[in-house]
Formats: sequence, C-alpha cells, structure tokens
Amino acid sequence: MTLQAEMDAPTGPAASTRPVYEIARLGKIYPRNGFEALADVNLTLAEGEFASVIGASGCGKSTLLKIMAGLLPPTSGRVALGGTPVMGPRADIGMMFQQATLLPWKTTIQNIVMPIAIREGRRAAKGAYQQARALLDLVGLSHAADVYPGELSGGMAQRAAICRMLITEPEVLLLDEPFSALDELTRDFMNMELQRICTERNATAFLVTHSIPEAVILSDRIYVMQANPGRIAEIIEIDLPRPRTLDLINTKQFGDIVGHIRGKLDQEYR
Amino acid sequence: MSEYSELSPAAHRAAQQAEANEAAIDTVWVEAEPLIDRIPRWLAMLGLFLAILAIWYGSTALGLVSPIILPGPYETWRDILFVGSNLVSGDYMLEAFFTTGRTVIYAFLIALSIGFSLGVLVGETKFGERAVMPYLVAIDTMPKIAFAPLFIAWLGFGIQSKVALAAFIATFPIVVSTAAGLYAASESERALFKSMGASRIQTLVALKLPLALPYLFAGLKIAAVGVMAGAITGEFLGGGEGFGALIRVSASQMNTPRVFSLIIYLSFLGLFLYLFIVWVQRTFVFWNKADTPGGVG
Repeated sequence: MTLQAEMDAPTGPAASTRPVYEIARLGKIYPRNGFEALADVNLTLAEGEFASVIGASGCGKSTLLKIMAGLLPPTSGRVALGGTPVMGPRADIGMMFQQATLLPWKTTIQNIVMPIAIREGRRAAKGAYQQARALLDLVGLSHAADVYPGELSGGMAQRAAICRMLITEPEVLLLDEPFSALDELTRDFMNMELQRICTERNATAFLVTHSIPEAVILSDRIYVMQANPGRIAEIIEIDLPRPRTLDLINTKQFGDIVGHIRGKLDQEYR
Repeated sequence: MSEYSELSPAAHRAAQQAEANEAAIDTVWVEAEPLIDRIPRWLAMLGLFLAILAIWYGSTALGLVSPIILPGPYETWRDILFVGSNLVSGDYMLEAFFTTGRTVIYAFLIALSIGFSLGVLVGETKFGERAVMPYLVAIDTMPKIAFAPLFIAWLGFGIQSKVALAAFIATFPIVVSTAAGLYAASESERALFKSMGASRIQTLVALKLPLALPYLFAGLKIAAVGVMAGAITGEFLGGGEGFGALIRVSASQMNTPRVFSLIIYLSFLGLFLYLFIVWVQRTFVFWNKADTPGGVG
C-alpha cells in the first residue's frame, strides 16, 4: 500500500527537478571522413527518469550513447553528469550492451564484481561479494552465483550483466539495446524486470533501442532521432501509469503512441 | 456414430478423435546407421592396426620388398625390444634420448618465450603490427632448415646449434597465433573494459590474453611438431649425441630395423610434449569447449 501511495504521489519525472545528466549543443563530426553523426543535441535526464532514444540505423544514437559513456569525445557542446563534465569512462556510469559480455573463465559473481576489481583491486572486489549476492537476489539469480557463464541462458546472462552494471551504484544507467539479442518472450519479461529494478532503485536510465513498443512501455520520455545529421526530431512524453504491465500493449492509448512514433520514423524513408 | 448422437458437437469430435487415436497403428522406425559408423573406437583402432600389420607382413614374407628397404614386422619388433632394453638399462641410447629430449624442451621454452613476446608486441602495439610483422613474415617464408649450417657455424656442433634451429622453426607459429588471439576480443568486450576504466595493461591481462589462450595453444601444438623436426634435422646435419645422429648412423649401416625402432621411440617424445600441451590447455582453457575434435586435441 505504501508503494501504491508513492506511485500516486507526484514524484514522476515531471515533478523531479534534480537534473542528473545534461547535454547541450552536442555535436560530433568523425574526423576520418567528415561525417556529421550528431548536430545540436540537447537533452536532460532528471533523477529517476527513464528515457529512451529511438531511430533508424545510422541516426547517431550509438554515437550519442558512446559520448554519454565517455567512450568517445564530442566535437562540440557540453556533456555533464552530476555537474561534472564527462571526459572519459567513469565509475558513476553503468553500462549494458547488446551482448552480456561475461568473461567465460570467471564465475557469475566474479563477473559481477569485475568493475570493482578493475578500479579498486582484488581485495575490494572480494569485499563486494555480499553486495553482489544482494544484487543477484534482486534479479532472481542467487542460485547461479558460482556457476560459469557458459551454463547461463541468454536471459540469465543479461540479468548477471544488470548486476555488474549496478555493483558500482552508478548515477546513470546507459543501456545499449540490452535485450535485442534475446527471444521475444524473454525480452518482454526482461523489460518488466528492468522496470521493476529501476523503480526500486529510483534509477536514472537511458535506453537505446530499435523497438518502438519497448521504448514506449519502459520510458517516461522518448527522443526520436533522425539521420543526416543525427538530431532529435521529436520528444514524446509518455504519461502512462506505472507500474506498467504487458497488458498495456493492447490498449488504444499505447497503440496511438506507437503509431505516432512509427509515422515519425517512416518520414525518413519517403 | 449414433451412440454419440446425444453429445455436444465438440464432445462428439473429441470422442471420435479418442477412438481414432486408439485405433492408430504405431509408425515407429529406427534411423539406419551405416556399419562403418557403428564400429566402436577400440575395435576400429585395433582393426586398422592389424590390417596394416598384415599388409606389412605379407609384402615382406612374400619377398616383394628387400629387407634392407623394409624389414618385416618381426625383425622390427625384435629391434624395438632391443632398443627398449638399452633405454631401460641406461646405456648410450638413453643418453642420446636425453640429449634429444633436452634439445626439444630447451628449444620449446625458448620458442615459447620469444614467440609469445613478439606475438604480444605484434598483436598489441601498432608499431609491432606495422614494423615488426612484415619482417617476421619475410623470415617465415624462408626455408628455415636452410639456416642449419649457419647455426652450426655460429654455435658449434654441440646441443646449442640444434636448440637454436629447433627454436627458430617453432617461434613463428607461436608469434602468429598469439597475435591473432589478441584480436579475438569483441567490440563490446573492449567497450566494457573501456567503460570500466581499465588500463591498457589491465585490458591485456584480464581480457585479451585469456581470450588469446585457445589460439596460443593451437600455435603451441604446431610448434611442438616444429621443435621435433628442428632438433632431429639439426642432429642429422650437425652430428652430436642425439637420436638424430643414431638414426643417421644406423641408416648408413643399412640397419633399417634400428631406424624404425628409433623413430618409434622418438615419436614418444613428440607425443609426450603434445599431450603435455593438451593437459595444460585443458587446465587453463576449461571454459572453451570448441577446441577438442575427437577428444584428441
């Protein structure tokens, strides 16, 4: 009941004020071929907000995510997390990839504490085991802590990757099509899991995806991108009630939003 | 039909279906497997061995080939026993066996350390890839055995010149396999390590080198063969006290059974090295299941 009360209280993204991630006038030109991947991108992630970026291949959404992760330098503009400019990879950024990329010679729990092992050394990683087990509990994978990734299914591996992303308690989660390699049923389930985890931790998340329904069901706000140069063509606020369930997909409201986004994306091909 | 008439249409259909299921005749069949695929391993190996032995025995017993060219199985077996007893009693042959064994192991360790270091240089640095690799390829295309006289001139007729030749032959497959293995890390694995703030050394040690191990071991198996060939060639050409020298002397004395039995004991040395590599690989690369064809590799 208290949870319900919290849900009803005006704590949504519109009400939350603290900006976590700020991007202003961001531009990226690849020096090798002069290709303008991003032009004048402006966006702000508020605390606890779930935002998605959607667009066709080559619209610059992967470039945007790499710049946000500090993996790629921007050509112009300002990129700041928690008020400090992002000038490289940071411990307060959590990332998830299309592939789970668990190291096959480490057990699940060893994989999960790896970000700590890399940054703070082996002893600190050992100290994080208890925290790692708590995270495994959160994603329902506690039975697989000491198993090698070769024995995990695709969905289980991605759940372990979620734990690895959360172990450093990042300020923002950057999700690069995290479930697109999974089958449809597992994917729907994992999306619901992701929603639950983000809600429980009041996480600020940024998702790159190809799937319109996935973006709509998870997001508070969707950035629709178009190519040449990569830019934000439209911002769509999704004010469907939370927690959202898969049944929502069958409602007219949901269908209207999906249809609207599809229309926007189709413009490019006309 | 009429007995179901009082049932609803759906129940009627279900009852009919149940009746049909009951009356259906089994169509169970067994997939035929050809006889040659059904022979168990032990029988296949034994059968092939006996067949070769029979052909061998037949061709020598009928006098089709001169015993100087191909001695019969019995003469060969007797000589194998003789060389075996000489080896066991610790006579000069054991000395020769140890000499060759030492050559092989030293050469292998030298090839491993030089090959691995050069492989990391080539696979990890742009300098290595751009400047070192072309020269390595150029040297690799040379017939390396032709260097044997040079090594003998430089290092003398002792074990050193043989070790040098064997290591020289075995280094290149290790360089190439190490370098290739360092490219095995995928785009997202590299991005993951970058996003975790891993240094270049950390990425190399914790990601790239472990992923390179299956490639490295494939190279080591080729190197094990190369090191044997190099050691024996060196002993043929440079004399000394190894098994290669014994083989050459026996051959020049037309003692063909001895040549055969020496080769067989020599193959044990190669086999030992190979199996040792497989054992180390199984221990360290337990997570890679794609590299064991027929349970041999």
